[in-house]
Amino acid sequence: MGEFSIQELTSILAMQGFAGISLFSVLLLMALGLAIIFGQMGVINMAHGEFMAMGAYTTYLLSVVTQTYFPEFMNYYFLVAIVASFLVAGLFGYITEFVLIRHLYKRPLDTLLATWGLSLIMQQSFRSIFGAREVSPTLPDWLMGSWMPTDTIFIPINGMFVLGLTIVVTLGVYILMFRSTWGLNVRATTQNRVMSGAVGINTKQVDRLTFALGCGIAGIAGAAFTTIASTGPTSGSLYIVDTFMVVVFGGAASLFGTIASAFTIAQAQSILEFFISGSMAKVFTLLALVIILMMRPEGLFSIKVRK
Amino acid sequence: MFEVENLQVSYGQSQVIHELSFKAEKNETLAIMGRNGMGKTTLFKSLMGILPSQTTRIGIDGVDLTGMESHQRVANGIAYVPQGRMIFPNLTVQENIETGLQVSRMKSIPEEIFSLFPVLHDMRHRKGGNLSGGQQQQLAIARALVTNPKVLLLDEPTEGIQPSIIKDIAKVLNEIRKMREITIIVSEQVLSFTMDIADRIIVIEKGKFIHEDMRADVNAAMIKKYLTV
Repeated sequence: MGEFSIQELTSILAMQGFAGISLFSVLLLMALGLAIIFGQMGVINMAHGEFMAMGAYTTYLLSVVTQTYFPEFMNYYFLVAIVASFLVAGLFGYITEFVLIRHLYKRPLDTLLATWGLSLIMQQSFRSIFGAREVSPTLPDWLMGSWMPTDTIFIPINGMFVLGLTIVVTLGVYILMFRSTWGLNVRATTQNRVMSGAVGINTKQVDRLTFALGCGIAGIAGAAFTTIASTGPTSGSLYIVDTFMVVVFGGAASLFGTIASAFTIAQAQSILEFFISGSMAKVFTLLALVIILMMRPEGLFSIKVRK
Repeated sequence: MFEVENLQVSYGQSQVIHELSFKAEKNETLAIMGRNGMGKTTLFKSLMGILPSQTTRIGIDGVDLTGMESHQRVANGIAYVPQGRMIFPNLTVQENIETGLQVSRMKSIPEEIFSLFPVLHDMRHRKGGNLSGGQQQQLAIARALVTNPKVLLLDEPTEGIQPSIIKDIAKVLNEIRKMREITIIVSEQVLSFTMDIADRIIVIEKGKFIHEDMRADVNAAMIKKYLTV
């Protein structure tokens, strides 16, 4: 690293750090959905990445429709697309739970296999409907360009937007989790499903809503994803492994842990990527993760009380 | 009135509850006594719909609960305080009680709950898992009470609790009955506690009712004989 001056190094750190924050945003949105689904019903949703892709394709479709029929609304369609991605992925998640997942509770290996199968079906459907080539929605002008705090630092506006969106969604999930009746039901069911039923909580309905919400958040992640990369049929599956890492590393059922672990993994990867190759960056991130998990198998954060 | 007709529970091929039928009146406390492994907990779990059973009929005031899921039974007036309390350890005391509120559609925890259990008011922001055994027992009763039950089931409420608190729990149960005029069904091994609260005592052995007495007629020596190994 000797050939960089201090000022260049600071700029590199700032920009790579910010690129890491965009990755962090998508990873966090994905992990939030995956973690609440896993926490609530012990289902590992292998198709979670495809729900993200579904959100991304929804955004793409809306952009095409808006450009063709309502070009004057191009500046606003993206906000609608975020809501639409949430609704489409959420609705599809709701149906998936009803048709598939609920018959497989208490059979973790079978759910793993079934959701993996679902992910293959969804990937192929994307390929059949949208083609194998990657697509990108036309982004509104206000998402383009970058902000230059100094001469050598460029911070892309889309990255800042994605970060803002992630903060809003995370706060929303936090409020839902700790202030709403649904959140209380989720936390009760997570701790003791049988007893939750015996105090009058309709646990099956809570499951369905939770699954739908988790998939909906993945849809939002998809909408955010379109601003930083292009969408292909397998885009989702590229992110699913990293997302699993985030959830495991953060300690399941801990919102704060998920945030911290998404941040650590995304930053480590993005900053290392500049100095060594992308795959070596991944190797080092994974190695560090394995070592930390060997010392703290329950993840970064876990709640301790008398049982 | 709470009616159970011809209740049978099996674990696999072996039947553990054999064709039980009983009734409990409004404003009556019924104690079901028996040693460990005689089917008390199994009976309660099947009444709550936690364990599957073959039953002709379970009913409260004419409403048929047979075949309903747990949460529907709660909505129709059964509340359950399980053996070992089973409070939610990571929820605060207040949140624990609020889990029961949804069924009764109440917005906030009624005053009378905290006047029955003042200690819960003082500890309402603590995690349930950090309470002592006796406090957890009170919390479990409070959580069941806010569902506005017509029938309150308590499975061994004195298990693992120190004697002075056992007396308090007996007092509270009597107060609840006076206040709400509900049916209370309690399973027990401790005769002195039962004699403080129950109007009627039934002895269960190997999944069958083998003895029944009103409290006034109880022959303590005989019941004790059933309860000792």
